[in-house]
Amino acid sequence: MGVVLLLMALVAVGGLYGVATTSPSTADTLAVGDQTQIEEGRRLYLEGCSSCHGLNAEGTSSGPTLIGAGAASVHFQVATGRMPLAAPGAQAPAKKALYNADEIAAMAAYIASLAPGPAIPTAEQLDYSDADVAHGGVLFRINCAQCHQAAGGGGALTQGKYAPSLMFATPQEIYEAMLTGPQNMPVFAEETLPTEDKQAILAYIMELQEAPSPGGMSLGRLGPVAEGLFLWTAVFAALIGAAVWIGIKAR
Amino acid sequence: MSELRTQGSGDRDHGTAGVDKTDKKGILAQSEYTGPGALPPAAMDHRPRRSDLDPKAARRAERQIAAMFLLSMLMVVLFIVAYVAIDPQANIYIPVLGLVGAQNAALGATFGIGVFLIGAGAIQWAKKLMPDVEVVQDRHPVTSSAAVTTEAAEQFERGKEESGFGSYRIIRRTMIGALALFPIPLVVLVRDLWTPSSRFEENASPAEILSSTAWEPGLRIVTDGGFQPLRPQDIPVGGLVSALPANIMEIQKEVHNLNERGKSAILLVRMDPSEIRSQQGDGWDYQGILAYSKICTHVGCPIALYEHRTHHLLCPCHQSTFDLADSGNVIFGPAARAMPQLPITVDEEGFLVAASDFQEPVGPSFWERG
Repeated sequence: MGVVLLLMALVAVGGLYGVATTSPSTADTLAVGDQTQIEEGRRLYLEGCSSCHGLNAEGTSSGPTLIGAGAASVHFQVATGRMPLAAPGAQAPAKKALYNADEIAAMAAYIASLAPGPAIPTAEQLDYSDADVAHGGVLFRINCAQCHQAAGGGGALTQGKYAPSLMFATPQEIYEAMLTGPQNMPVFAEETLPTEDKQAILAYIMELQEAPSPGGMSLGRLGPVAEGLFLWTAVFAALIGAAVWIGIKAR
Repeated sequence: MSELRTQGSGDRDHGTAGVDKTDKKGILAQSEYTGPGALPPAAMDHRPRRSDLDPKAARRAERQIAAMFLLSMLMVVLFIVAYVAIDPQANIYIPVLGLVGAQNAALGATFGIGVFLIGAGAIQWAKKLMPDVEVVQDRHPVTSSAAVTTEAAEQFERGKEESGFGSYRIIRRTMIGALALFPIPLVVLVRDLWTPSSRFEENASPAEILSSTAWEPGLRIVTDGGFQPLRPQDIPVGGLVSALPANIMEIQKEVHNLNERGKSAILLVRMDPSEIRSQQGDGWDYQGILAYSKICTHVGCPIALYEHRTHHLLCPCHQSTFDLADSGNVIFGPAARAMPQLPITVDEEGFLVAASDFQEPVGPSFWERG
C-alpha cells in the first residue's frame, strides 16, 4: 500500500512538472483563480481518470487521449455519468454523475488547459428561444434521426453499441455531444452545422421531449417494430391468459 | 351421426346444487359406448363445482356476475362523463405510460373495461351457474358418401364430353397460348417504373439513367439542409456531413422530381489519413475526407448511421454494415456490393468539389447493371 502511495505521489509530482513545463503558453493566459481550478481538476483527474487515460491524458490501451478533447467533452462525459466508466463494454452508459458541478468544472478546466478543444457552450449558444423548430426538424431528420430515431427515442448500432434516447437530455448535453462526438457519434462542427442550426435542433428536441403521446403508451416512440413486439409478447400473452381462463373449469 | 350423452349434475333449481347422483367417474362406462367406429372417450373425473354443492356459493356467483354487468353500465356512464367533462387538450402523466391525452386515456379505459366486463360476466355465468356436463360427440367421416363422389365424377366426365375440350385440339392450343401471353403487357409496363428525365437523351435506357448522377467534375459539394459549400477545414476528424451537389435545387425545378437528389445524396466523413486502409481509387479522398453514396447497395435505404471510431456505416433497414476506412466494403449483412465512393478534390477557391461522377451506379442492383 505504502509503495503504491509513494508511486502515485511520485507520478503526480512528475506529471505536474511535465504539465508545468510543456504547456506554459495556455497556463500563462489563465487567471490565478483558474490556475487553482486547474490544479484541483488535475488532482481529480489523477484520482479518477488517469488509470485509463494516462497520467498526462496521453491515452493508454484502455482509453483514448484527452489532449484536445476540450471542456465540452469532459462536461458531457462526466455530468451524464458516462465517465468514469463502471465496467469495460461496447458502450459507456449514462448513469448518476459521480462528481458535482464544481469538480466537473475543475476537470474540464484541466483538460482544456492541455490543448485547445471545444469549449462548454455559452448560455447564449444554448438559448434556442428564437430558433425555428420546423427547420430544426428538417436538420434533425438529415443529421440525427438515422441513429437517434425520428422522434429522438434512440436506436441500435453495431455490435452492442447504441444511440441513446434524447428524451432526458438537456440542451447543454445535446450541444456538447454535437460539438465533441462522444463515443461513436460523429462530430457536427460549428462550420458544417452553425450555431443557429444547432439551436434549431435543440428547439426541435425540446419540443419532442414536451410533446405528449395522444394515443397512450408511446413505447419509446420506436415505431412499428416496438409496437409489433409489444403485440406479439404482452398482448398475445394476455389473450392466451384469457383463453386459458375461459377454458378451465370453475372451482 | 353423433350421439350426445350427458351425465353429471343434471336438473337443478335456480341456485340449488344438484348433488352428483351417479358414479364418481361422471361418464358412461366403456361397455355402454355404442358410437360407430369411434374411440372410447378419455376417462375424466367429474368434479362438482363449489356452486353445485353449496347454495351460498351459487348465490355468491350470481351476485358476482350481476356486479360485473352493473359495473359495465357504470363504465358507460363514466365514458359519457369523460367525453363531456374532460378537456380534449389536457394531458395527464401516468406512470409507465408517460404523458398521455387525459380524455383519450379515460375514453379508452372506460369503454374497454365496460366491454370486457360484459364478456367476463357471460363467461363467469357459463362457468359457474350453467349446467355442468361432459358431452361426448363422435367424429363423423370426412369423405362424402359414395353416391355424392360418383355423381361428381360423372358430372366431370360429362363436362369434358360436352365441351369437346378433348376433341377440338386447335381451340385448346390457342386458348393455352392466349393465357400464356396475357401477362406480358404487365411485364412491359415495368419499364415505366423509371421516370424519363429531361436531363437525359430522349431514348436513354433505364440503365443509362440509373448509372449516372448529378455529380460532375468541379461541381461543389454543399450541406444537405443548409446548402452551404464546404471547405476541407470545416470538417473535423470524426466529423460527418450529409451533402448534395450545389445545383441540386435547380435540377429539381427542371425535372420536377426527386430522382436526381435521391441518386446524388452523399456522406462526407473525415478520418486520419493513416486510418484509411484502402479506397476505391487512388487519391479519391481529400486529406482524409471521403465521400460515399448515402444509398444502401442492398435495397436503397438512405444510410447515415456512422460510427466514427470503428468507421462502420450501418444500414438501419437490414443491418448491412460497410467499412468506410476500407473502400466501403461490406463487412456484414445482405448488401452484395461496396458502397460507391465519389472522388473529390478542391477547386481554386478551396471548396470541396466532385472530381468526377460516381464510377459505378449507386443504389441497389438492377438487371442491366454490369
